[in-house]
Amino acid sequence: MTVRRTVHLAARLPGDGRAAVGTDPCSGSRIAFASPAQQARTAERGLFDFLLLSEQLRLPEHRGRIHDLDAAGWPEPLTLLNALAGVTERLGLAATVHTAYSEPYELARRLATLDHLSEGRAAWHAETSSDAFTGANFRHGGRADARDRFAQAVEFIGLARQLWDSWTADGVSRPFAHQGRHFDIAGEFGLPRPPQGHPVVILAGDSDEDRECAAASADVLLARHRSVAAGRAFAADVRRRLAAYGRATEDLKIMSGVTVVLGDTAAEAQERAAEIRRQQITPQGALYVLERVWGADLCGHDPDGPLPRTDPVPDPAFTPGRGRHGDRVALAGTWRALAKEKGLSIRETVIEASGRQSFIGTPEAVAAELQAYVREDAADGFVLLPHRTPGCLEEFVDRVVPLLQERGAFRTEYQGTTLRSHLGLPDPPGEG
Amino acid sequence: MSARYGRGLLHLAAAVDRPGSFGAAPYVELAQLAERGGLDFVTLDDSFARPGPDALAVLSRVAPATRRIGLVPTLTTTHTEPFRVQAAVATLDWASCGRAGWRIDVSTTEGEARLFGRRPAAPADALWAEAGETADVAAKLWDSWEDGAEIRDVPTGRFLDRTRLHHVDFTGTAFSVKGPSTVPRPPQGHPVRVVDATEGPARTTAARYADVALVRAATPAQAAAVRQQLRDRAAESGRNPDTLRILASLLVDLGDGEHAAEPGHGGGGPRPTPEGPLYRGGPVDLAELIATWHTEGVTDGFHLTPVEPRRDLERLVNGTVALLQHRGLFRTFYPGSTLREHLGLARPANQYAVTGGTS
Repeated sequence: MTVRRTVHLAARLPGDGRAAVGTDPCSGSRIAFASPAQQARTAERGLFDFLLLSEQLRLPEHRGRIHDLDAAGWPEPLTLLNALAGVTERLGLAATVHTAYSEPYELARRLATLDHLSEGRAAWHAETSSDAFTGANFRHGGRADARDRFAQAVEFIGLARQLWDSWTADGVSRPFAHQGRHFDIAGEFGLPRPPQGHPVVILAGDSDEDRECAAASADVLLARHRSVAAGRAFAADVRRRLAAYGRATEDLKIMSGVTVVLGDTAAEAQERAAEIRRQQITPQGALYVLERVWGADLCGHDPDGPLPRTDPVPDPAFTPGRGRHGDRVALAGTWRALAKEKGLSIRETVIEASGRQSFIGTPEAVAAELQAYVREDAADGFVLLPHRTPGCLEEFVDRVVPLLQERGAFRTEYQGTTLRSHLGLPDPPGEG
Repeated sequence: MSARYGRGLLHLAAAVDRPGSFGAAPYVELAQLAERGGLDFVTLDDSFARPGPDALAVLSRVAPATRRIGLVPTLTTTHTEPFRVQAAVATLDWASCGRAGWRIDVSTTEGEARLFGRRPAAPADALWAEAGETADVAAKLWDSWEDGAEIRDVPTGRFLDRTRLHHVDFTGTAFSVKGPSTVPRPPQGHPVRVVDATEGPARTTAARYADVALVRAATPAQAAAVRQQLRDRAAESGRNPDTLRILASLLVDLGDGEHAAEPGHGGGGPRPTPEGPLYRGGPVDLAELIATWHTEGVTDGFHLTPVEPRRDLERLVNGTVALLQHRGLFRTFYPGSTLREHLGLARPANQYAVTGGTS
């Protein structure tokens, strides 16, 4: 007998992150409180599990100057979430916070505070990456020792859980002491056990270590979107790892980061999707992407002309803070082949190579695909990455959510009050 | 007819601390009550050394439940990251549409140091020097985005005007920050920086960087002396002393209602206690004390900490403030919308704007 699987939904702000210049009718209000407040209310109207706010700790730079093409400038997420707690009642409130630039005591305290102030709706996406570029804004350059970042993250999260558990159930503070490889702290925690026991802990990533770390420590794993078949294999691999930590399948929710484009017909949706990609990759944006791959100044090249004939000069100093570009020479070769095969300009090549949106179609088709993805065990749900705000989230809530509900694939009202209850996560074992 | 009062408008602030409260409702209630009284701002203290929620988080939660009153949480600078502190305060300013302040404090105890495990406890003067550097770099980071740096220019595809974004390249004694901030310049330009200037090491930092200095003084003479010293030092550090508001800080116990003050209280003035000068008496006598000190020019106003939060704030608003309003000594509505406007402080010019772009 199979239990009917339901979909979990979340949205991330800011969304897709790529250039949204001039496309947003509500421009000018991106930072003002009214904008995120409206997004949060929309997500709550759509009965979403949670809203996730990203953390940005250094503005991107390119060729030694501040990168000026992409949307940048964003509130500090935990502070904003506390304000959003005042304009929502049930929506889960998640913030990305980097472990490398945080102290366990202070962060555990801020997260416990959010959980108390929101009556059990807090979540923490622990971002474990770090680099010297971002570290330049922090004391000691942050703990940017990448070698054992996963061990450090597991210790950090475990320590946060220890702090959240340190008061007894009847509100008596007990001293804690922790002496580990990365942290050596002791004292008393400042708050009673949070309403959820522990705020929901989210990890993101796809690598072997990311999966292991999530299996050990996370309540939610955010993964890159994949085909159904690849998603099934990924989810099975992650869930297989849980047993080693004494955890069950339902203890870890896997959510896939997706972009959605809707249309009244399939053809219209495809046309909109292509139009959005063109908007996101402007002529200047295409050159910028190319310069990052080539590691050289390409400002003399015409975005509507052919790709450079020279090979990339892999120079990590050219665009600092952004690792993992793989083998630039190989990538350049792939792009050249693509451009040659289809007769594409620089901009067309970048658009072609930058990947399509995850779900493109009519609301009916998208709802069916989302449901099928979860029914096939490829994930427990989705984190929407709106390509533009506010319209994108609103459209999804108005057009797709009702169809998911008709299909019995999504809640028609919040059953509980806490984020853990929305996600169907068990209460963490108390040490009361 | 009452005498012409003081050097400027009377400013009033109240603490909304509620020991043992971790939920939002008790704080929202007090802030709304203070806002009904037209107070300039509320403060919420914070320390890693005792139980309590994160103060900035609490006042962020209060922001959408209030409309005009200034919100001033304590953020300590000793074990925190300057970059995060400034970003959080800037975000509170955005979330409250220009009502954020920041009460700067330090962590002096060994117990607090052990919670972080990164540095030993240090003497107060070193920590206050670092707090000054944090206040300084915060203002630089708030200025690191000039107003209007977000241009969304369609023809050039540029979201930002990088000539209006600035590295701060700050190197202090205990930290360095590259910048720019990741939060655009807050609505007030600089959220209001508040320092309790009672103790010596804090006074230097207050004179240089504070918009509002709090002084725990039991007598008008004491308040006047500290006020004069703060103004002198502000002038020495190149500031116009009139850009510094100095408020007398008192604990208030209005539990005795309208009864006559005990000897040494009320009409006799506050009594020194280990927690600070304590006024005990009725709301009417407190109004008289406030009017007198302000009229004599020894203070720009008062920061009052209710001993019994709900009871005393209610009596303060409904009794003392109502009386001051009736006498024309205190505002009856908020003419402005930002905390700087309540305090009569201009929105500061951007320290990077005069030079043009150099990023």
